[in-house]
Amino acid sequence: MWQSLYTELGPKGFVPIAIAFDSAGNAAAEPWIKAANPTYPCLIDRRHIVAELFDMINVPNACWIDERGKIVRPTEAAGTSDAFRKMDRTNFSIPPDALADLLARRSAYLNAIRDWVDKGAQSKFALGEKEAVRRMHTPSDQHVRAAANFRLGEYLAENGHKDAAQKYFEEAKRLRPESWTYKRQAWALEDPLKAGGPEFWAAVDALGENKYYPRPEDI
Amino acid sequence: MAIDIIYGENVSQGVGADTTNGLWLSAEDFAHVSGFERKPEGFCKGEVCYPVPPSRKAEFERAGRYNLAALAELIGQPMVVDETRRVWCFGEASENRRRALTSLDAPDFTLPDLEGRMHSLSEHSGKKVLLVSWASW
Repeated sequence: MWQSLYTELGPKGFVPIAIAFDSAGNAAAEPWIKAANPTYPCLIDRRHIVAELFDMINVPNACWIDERGKIVRPTEAAGTSDAFRKMDRTNFSIPPDALADLLARRSAYLNAIRDWVDKGAQSKFALGEKEAVRRMHTPSDQHVRAAANFRLGEYLAENGHKDAAQKYFEEAKRLRPESWTYKRQAWALEDPLKAGGPEFWAAVDALGENKYYPRPEDI
Repeated sequence: MAIDIIYGENVSQGVGADTTNGLWLSAEDFAHVSGFERKPEGFCKGEVCYPVPPSRKAEFERAGRYNLAALAELIGQPMVVDETRRVWCFGEASENRRRALTSLDAPDFTLPDLEGRMHSLSEHSGKKVLLVSWASW
């Protein structure tokens, strides 16, 4: 999806930078990147440092940054919806109405990017400073403590202490239960299938009316 | 004892430390690991100095060593320790993250691509950037 957008808008000064929150590094990310064959930067973020810097708690989360390096849209769910929750969990099919909703949300997000690339700061989707600050979410003391636990877990996992790592991942999850990156990355390091397994669906169901991908106010 | 210290972007392995009531490093190791130096004004990194509370000096300095755990607590940095594997992990204070994000200046970072080539966000200055996360999971 980003490649075709880059092909279209790249000549107008737009670039996606895709960040893989994959603590298993190339081994995990490579097959997907090779399949996508991107001409824009696809970077490997084993430590989830971009998640820390930009306060991202899920994928895909995105942030818009203008030519001067200023954030004009703080981190939000990017062009997706909770349609997947209506998926048939045996055959992975999504009902037509949910699929239509997902495609509409994606289309709206891509059009918002087109509007920004076309109009720059005049685009209504490029937020003014006051609004950007209002929408910005920043980490609390508890959240940075979660991040430090995740960081330690990732270091231990990377250095061959996978079981020990899980203790710190559990603490990160406890301190920041709304983070899906902590949950799913920790599960994936236990077993690649676990990130989309019964624990995942149970956690999604536990959201109830709350959104897995909260909808941006204006897109 | 020899420990590993994760401090922000940096990892220092096999650092000689005294871990009695804190994390006591030589002045040289302290500066190397954290970037902070002891000056008359306090513990300083670049333009920023944190004064040592006069009544609490003994928590910070002892026999030529400085206590990184005490400084972390003073600054509001989270600290997590794995005693068994002797790894000390220091994160960023929430106030610093808050200040950085509400300035609206996008924080710079440098990460590798699949080929191991490093790329920074700041390389793309002059373009409109969509910074977007994904994962194999």
